[in-house]
Amino acid sequence: MLTEPRKSLGERAPAEAAAISVENLSRRFGKLEAVKGVSFAVHPGEIFGFLGPNGAGKSTTISMLTTLLTPSGGRAEVAGHDVVRERNQVRQAIGIIFQEQALDLRLSALDNLWLHAILYGVPTARAAQRIEQGLRAVDLWDRRKEPVSRYSGGMKRRLEMARGLIHTPQVLFLDEPTVGLDPQSRYAMWDYIQRLRQEFGLTIFMTTHYMDEAEACDRIAIMDKGSVIALDSPAALKASLGGDVISLKTEHNGLALAELRERFGLEAKLAEDQLRLEVKDGGELLPRLLRELQVKILRVSLNQPTLDDVFVSLTGREMRDEGPADPRAMWMRRGR
Amino acid sequence: MSEARAIYAIWLRDIKRLWLDRARILIGLLQPALYLFVLGSGLGSVTRIAGGKGDYIQFIFPGVIGLTVLFTAVFSAVSIVFDREFGFLKEVLVAPVSRRAIAIGKSLSGSTQATVQGILILIFAPLAGVHFGFGELLGLIVIMALTGFAMTSFGVLFAARFRSTEAFPIVINGILLPLFFLSGALYPVTNLPVWLTPFVHIDPLTYGIDAMRGAALPKGLEVGPGVFVPAHVYPIWLSVAVIVAFGLVMVWLAVWQFSRAE
Ligand SMILES: Nc1ncnc2c1ncn2[C@@H]1O[C@H](COP(=O)(O)OP(=O)(O)OP(=O)(O)O)[C@@H](O)[C@H]1O
Ligand SMILES: [Mg+2]
Repeated sequence: MLTEPRKSLGERAPAEAAAISVENLSRRFGKLEAVKGVSFAVHPGEIFGFLGPNGAGKSTTISMLTTLLTPSGGRAEVAGHDVVRERNQVRQAIGIIFQEQALDLRLSALDNLWLHAILYGVPTARAAQRIEQGLRAVDLWDRRKEPVSRYSGGMKRRLEMARGLIHTPQVLFLDEPTVGLDPQSRYAMWDYIQRLRQEFGLTIFMTTHYMDEAEACDRIAIMDKGSVIALDSPAALKASLGGDVISLKTEHNGLALAELRERFGLEAKLAEDQLRLEVKDGGELLPRLLRELQVKILRVSLNQPTLDDVFVSLTGREMRDEGPADPRAMWMRRGR
Repeated sequence: MSEARAIYAIWLRDIKRLWLDRARILIGLLQPALYLFVLGSGLGSVTRIAGGKGDYIQFIFPGVIGLTVLFTAVFSAVSIVFDREFGFLKEVLVAPVSRRAIAIGKSLSGSTQATVQGILILIFAPLAGVHFGFGELLGLIVIMALTGFAMTSFGVLFAARFRSTEAFPIVINGILLPLFFLSGALYPVTNLPVWLTPFVHIDPLTYGIDAMRGAALPKGLEVGPGVFVPAHVYPIWLSVAVIVAFGLVMVWLAVWQFSRAE
């Protein structure tokens, strides 16, 4: 019934089956095809990220993997169990933090955790111990008796994190776990996630909008409009762009595009009001462009490619087109 | 085994919330008190004009308990819709527990809440001129619990369908009030107009209230000096059988409806 903490990464047999395997999974809502036949596998002990803009289908995929939504097509296994035919085994093996909070706000943190322990059949003595450990780990032990409605958004999030681990799941699903957390809490949360992986070999499946979080994942799937359009380690994805990214803002982007093609043999992409060039060695090219380009340059920047660039390169759109930019995420990106 | 713990968890959560909302329990006494003392005294004068001697407040006292049980039970079931809207339902649905256990846990917690609220109404018994012994008290509690269970299950059946709390007024005006007004809570179910009689007799609440009336007024109602008639119409065993049967059908339907959503 209960799974003991699993062995650490190194001790595990090498040819262990995938923690999550998904084949051609799809889901439609009426006419809208929210998830269009995605396939991927997540290895045991891996931190796997789902990156994509609003409405990409990330939460819908999570709902199917966590048995809350029946797929329209395809199949998926989590911890070796089919998400449709073996719902209960899947449910016992997973922990989840939903995108929207799912706490009973009238009750205290302790009450919320105890209910969870009873629902998952954790024996009383062990539950008491884990509840204390969990609350201390997320720094809420001192406020355990207060009704959750008095908690701040970040505290609620941390409580949910502690709750999702009470029954020692094998796979943890996190749907935007750090949204609304201040930077300090985000780092603490990440620290905790990494530790869980190291100590228990927990497999983590998370979605995020934050580039820096996506970078911390072992592998990420980039999702857009219901499809997985790229899947690899963050480093490999960025390397696929071929080196550096130069962004140019010119007086006439159309003319500049043509000029770059004809005189420099470079294929630039127009994203919003900027031209983007993916080049091997930007440091060498940039001075030449500044000297020789006929169209007047208004602004220029040279960057290592980010996952955002990968997204732009694949879709021609900015990741955050759809919503207002999060100033904190911008700041973090620049800080790198 | 795992079913039992899931039922317990669902029940426990509602009872913890009930305890936290103690103040609401007291506010919940207001409406019954209005029915009992304002409506009861007001309409009591009508029955006296008509020549009756029986005290109307005594007569509707069990009806007001029925009202309380009905509303408490169904409202507790409707909390499922609130849980859906405020997110907590997902925590329950993603847990390794059957939908059956969730529905049954909900019905039991509604029954408990309705019984607690119903017992509190008994505080008004002396004021309403209703006197009964310990045995009758126990009987009343059992009937409250059974009626509460049936009505909560009935509510769960609906709550499983509703996605938003906007449907709330429909539930109250379209279902609860008809159930209450047809139940014989406020009038005797004998000698009714022909068109009304069948509706009254298919209303399950009629049987719950009739049984409560039997238990709360063991001597019957005094219609003349020293002349008593039974306060209730059906044999108590029949009423109890109807409520239990209705409860079982409703909980079965609620479980079915709740599981279907998967
Ligand atoms: N229950 C539902 N009924 C109808 N449409 C839905 C439902 N749930 C999701 N959708 C639609 O499916 C698409 C994908 O939604 P989903 O919530 O999976 O996106 P997401 O990638 O999680 O986005 P976000 O980053 O905003 O959380 C959206 O267009 C959404 O409107
Ligand atoms: Mg989402």
